[in-house]
Amino acid sequence: MKTLIIADHEYGVLKPETSKTINAAVKLGQDIDVLVAGFNVSETAAAAASIAGVNQVVLVDTASFEHQQAENMADLVVSLSADYSHILASATTTGKNFMPRVAALLDKNQISEIIAVVDADTFKRPIYAGNAIATVKSLEDKKLITVRASAFDLQDTQTAANIVNNDTSNAATGSVFVSKEQAESERPELTAAPVIVSGGRGMQNGENFKLFEGIADKLGAAIGASRAAVDAGFVPNDMQVGQTGKIVAPNLYIAVGISGAIQHLAGMKDSKVIVAINKDPDAPIFQVADYGLVADLFDILPELEAAL
Amino acid sequence: MKILVPIKRVIDYNVKARVKADQTDVDLANVKMALNPFCEIAVEEAIRIKEAGKAEEVIVVSIGTKAVQEQLRTALALGADRAIHVETDAKLESLQIAKLLNKVLEQEPAELVILGKQAIDSDNNQTGQMLAALSNRPQGTFASKVELADGTVNVTREVDGGLQTVALNLPAIVTTDLRLNEPRYASLPNIMKAKRKPLAVIPADSLDVDLTPRIELVKVEEPATREAGIIVDDVAQLIEKLKNEAKVI
Ligand SMILES: Cc1cc2nc3c(=O)[nH]c(=O)nc-3n(C[C@H](O)[C@H](O)[C@H](O)COP(=O)(O)OP(=O)(O)OC[C@H]3O[C@@H](n4cnc5c(N)ncnc54)[C@H](O)[C@@H]3O)c2cc1C
Repeated sequence: MKTLIIADHEYGVLKPETSKTINAAVKLGQDIDVLVAGFNVSETAAAAASIAGVNQVVLVDTASFEHQQAENMADLVVSLSADYSHILASATTTGKNFMPRVAALLDKNQISEIIAVVDADTFKRPIYAGNAIATVKSLEDKKLITVRASAFDLQDTQTAANIVNNDTSNAATGSVFVSKEQAESERPELTAAPVIVSGGRGMQNGENFKLFEGIADKLGAAIGASRAAVDAGFVPNDMQVGQTGKIVAPNLYIAVGISGAIQHLAGMKDSKVIVAINKDPDAPIFQVADYGLVADLFDILPELEAAL
Repeated sequence: MKILVPIKRVIDYNVKARVKADQTDVDLANVKMALNPFCEIAVEEAIRIKEAGKAEEVIVVSIGTKAVQEQLRTALALGADRAIHVETDAKLESLQIAKLLNKVLEQEPAELVILGKQAIDSDNNQTGQMLAALSNRPQGTFASKVELADGTVNVTREVDGGLQTVALNLPAIVTTDLRLNEPRYASLPNIMKAKRKPLAVIPADSLDVDLTPRIELVKVEEPATREAGIIVDDVAQLIEKLKNEAKVI
């Protein structure tokens, strides 16, 4: 049997999560096919075909898949499923949306957000906001899996594999795309950035997030936030790091004015190096920080920018 | 219109889960339990829709041991009209939960089902989507805004790249994200009143769903702990450490 990966892309821009999901799939030791579904995505398919380990790319390029809605994505994956013992997608909001639908249509469970492949049936996944790691063994003949990309490495590239066209074009039943408010940023994606500067309620308002700009420029960093900062309207939802936001593991995570609640730690405690800047010496964030600075962030941020 | 809100009893979000010494599971003995925060948001949203005159009835349902009746009463105190307890001692998987909910949905054909996007214990983020598949309905997951119109519901969804809005034909399934609303607190009179609201018990066995486990929990471990770090004196020392010790800048 073979493994099928559903490529994750943002309107044609292939996400690094796809490469990391393939990295997880390689450990299953089977041939890997990748499904690229979208609109005007022939280049996306070419990019996917060049990820090491990919045997073949199935390309569905049609307007009805432009927004990757769960309803027709699920039907499409089900229609391809017969040849595959393992079907994997990244645990992005796209993968989380359609994969459980595929699973239920196939009468299978889904193993969510795996962080390790033990063997073809057995996987590790965090539960309880990452305060416990479960090893689970699937007793089913087909495995539906989402992958926490931050736990896996990027694959190398290869000479492009074969691309085959599939002319499925059914629309999403009962669901019509209305609009998309696309987050625009010149900065790297949170989940791909080597450095993240992240702000919490201590930032006081959205305007103060500008204090991060110079630092982020110098470090090539992405800017993140805690739930409190998003809830308060300082910054948009796509910047939230945590149990229920984005899971990140950069080389360097700088938490500024963030207390370090369980739910926030769940999203960043696998970062290689953590720096905490907080005026409260008892803030729990210091328990996971490699380097802590007990100080007022409004004094420190300008100093930090100047010193870099 | 009826709204069905499936809810889950979970560890309180302020409590840090501890792994049992024998690594068989997380230790929940004597741990504070609560309504899953995302489910609370789902209940609140349903009540607001009813208060806006767009629904007649809000029904809450929970699957599990007798203990889940505590969370059903909480939801009734918040304003749900009646509750259904699908009783079982079995530890169920998301697919089985979705199948049982689908049976309940057949008995209580609600045009809108609102669920939390994820339970903070298993962190699966699956049940709503699975129920949508089984009931053959469209789905609006991770909702930060829900607007009902004639025969449709507009759902604004929190996605990785921003916000996406879809229009779903009713009947539909919606799952909640954090920013959909801020749940109210139950008042004392409403807590008292909730005790007299109807709560029906249905044995899970009577719903004709195969409850044989298909996932084996092999073991549960503590995550790797981080080495304790150091407090630096100033920005100069911080930068020196990041450059020469950690080598990350
Ligand atoms: C179901 C659920 C899911 C959740 N999911 C997430 C999630 O995904 N991500 C997430 O982040 N949270 C999440 N939370 C929320 C979480 O519990 C915390 O409430 C949140 O992380 C707190 O954000 P904060 O640290 O910015 O704010 P606070 O806890 O208020 O901390 C602010 C910190 O700033 C410091 N500070 C203030 N002023 C200054 C200053 N001038 N200089 C230096 N330091 C200063 C304070 O000392 C304090 O430590 C979730 C909660 C629930 C219930």
